[in-house]
Amino acid sequence: MENEVVQGVANNAEAAKSIATALAIGLGALGPGLGVGLIGSKAMEAIGRNPEAAPKIQTSMILAIAFAEAIAIYALVIALIVKFV
Amino acid sequence: MKLVKLTKLKAKNMGIQDLVISIAPEPIFHIHGFPITNTTVITLITSLIVIVGSLYLRKSFKIVPKGLQNVIESVLEALLNMVDSVTRDRKQTQKFFPLVATIFIFVILINWIEVVPGLGTIGVKEVHHGKEVVVPFVRSAAADLNVTLALAIVSVFFTQFIGIAFLGTRKYLSKFFVSPFKKPYFIGSFVGILEVISEFSKVISFSFRLFGNIFAGEALLLVALFLLPVFFNILPLPFLFLELFVGFVQALVFSMLTLVFLKSATIDHSEH
Repeated sequence: MENEVVQGVANNAEAAKSIATALAIGLGALGPGLGVGLIGSKAMEAIGRNPEAAPKIQTSMILAIAFAEAIAIYALVIALIVKFV
Repeated sequence: MKLVKLTKLKAKNMGIQDLVISIAPEPIFHIHGFPITNTTVITLITSLIVIVGSLYLRKSFKIVPKGLQNVIESVLEALLNMVDSVTRDRKQTQKFFPLVATIFIFVILINWIEVVPGLGTIGVKEVHHGKEVVVPFVRSAAADLNVTLALAIVSVFFTQFIGIAFLGTRKYLSKFFVSPFKKPYFIGSFVGILEVISEFSKVISFSFRLFGNIFAGEALLLVALFLLPVFFNILPLPFLFLELFVGFVQALVFSMLTLVFLKSATIDHSEH
């Protein structure tokens, strides 16, 4: 019975596209989500140890979060291309 | 106008148009065969706003600022402080500030224009691939990969230019082409090649970061707008706020990253 479902998806381009889109963005957001959380936690720690350096730490934190988030955006762009092109 | 358009459609018994999200920008009209897309029109309008605004401010410049000049001066002062905090050198700030501030103001304006009512709904009806679609007049300019790629290329090329201007051609290129006969031998030249590749990847990363964020937000807004009938539609409200916030953050990130790369291009790596 599973084979029929798989066959059905493989024969229908729209269904395969939808599954591919969902997988692309779902799996692609795992890494960056973890990364952003780690960056934030280390930044909080650093600010807690040295509140005077907070502006500097905040600036670098925002930069690092932008880099990490860009990876998730790459996955999102691939998902959108698969779905809409 | 959105109200009238939708009721007219219902009255003609045509039903609501299907939601069409296209990654490529759609041409509205052609000038001698050169297609003018809706995103081109938006960037032209934004540039006109910035240019006319600055000319007017220059004409009505007062030593004691009032009104609009006050607002603009506070925005510029905030930007100047941000650039100063990264470069810590007034001379470098004077060279970097025009590009960084222009990128910030341009990107934030084109991101905020897309929350104007009319996004994806008011447009020209055309026939594409046998299906009737609406080519919208208002579409976020940063959702066009051409615009973001152009901005990214300008940023990265200006970075190389500033590196050569501040350090001299030989010293700047020695960052990329390290001789394998000196320490740390072949690892050094390999890392140099990696630096060249990373410059190209900066172009890709800049353009796709801005494009992905704004295009995803626009797709989200379009879906939210089409979900409920016009009279009951408060659903897009939180998404509109999210779009405002994302637009601001992406403009800030683009300009700050440009600034950081500019600053790191002026650092002399040869002295340890």
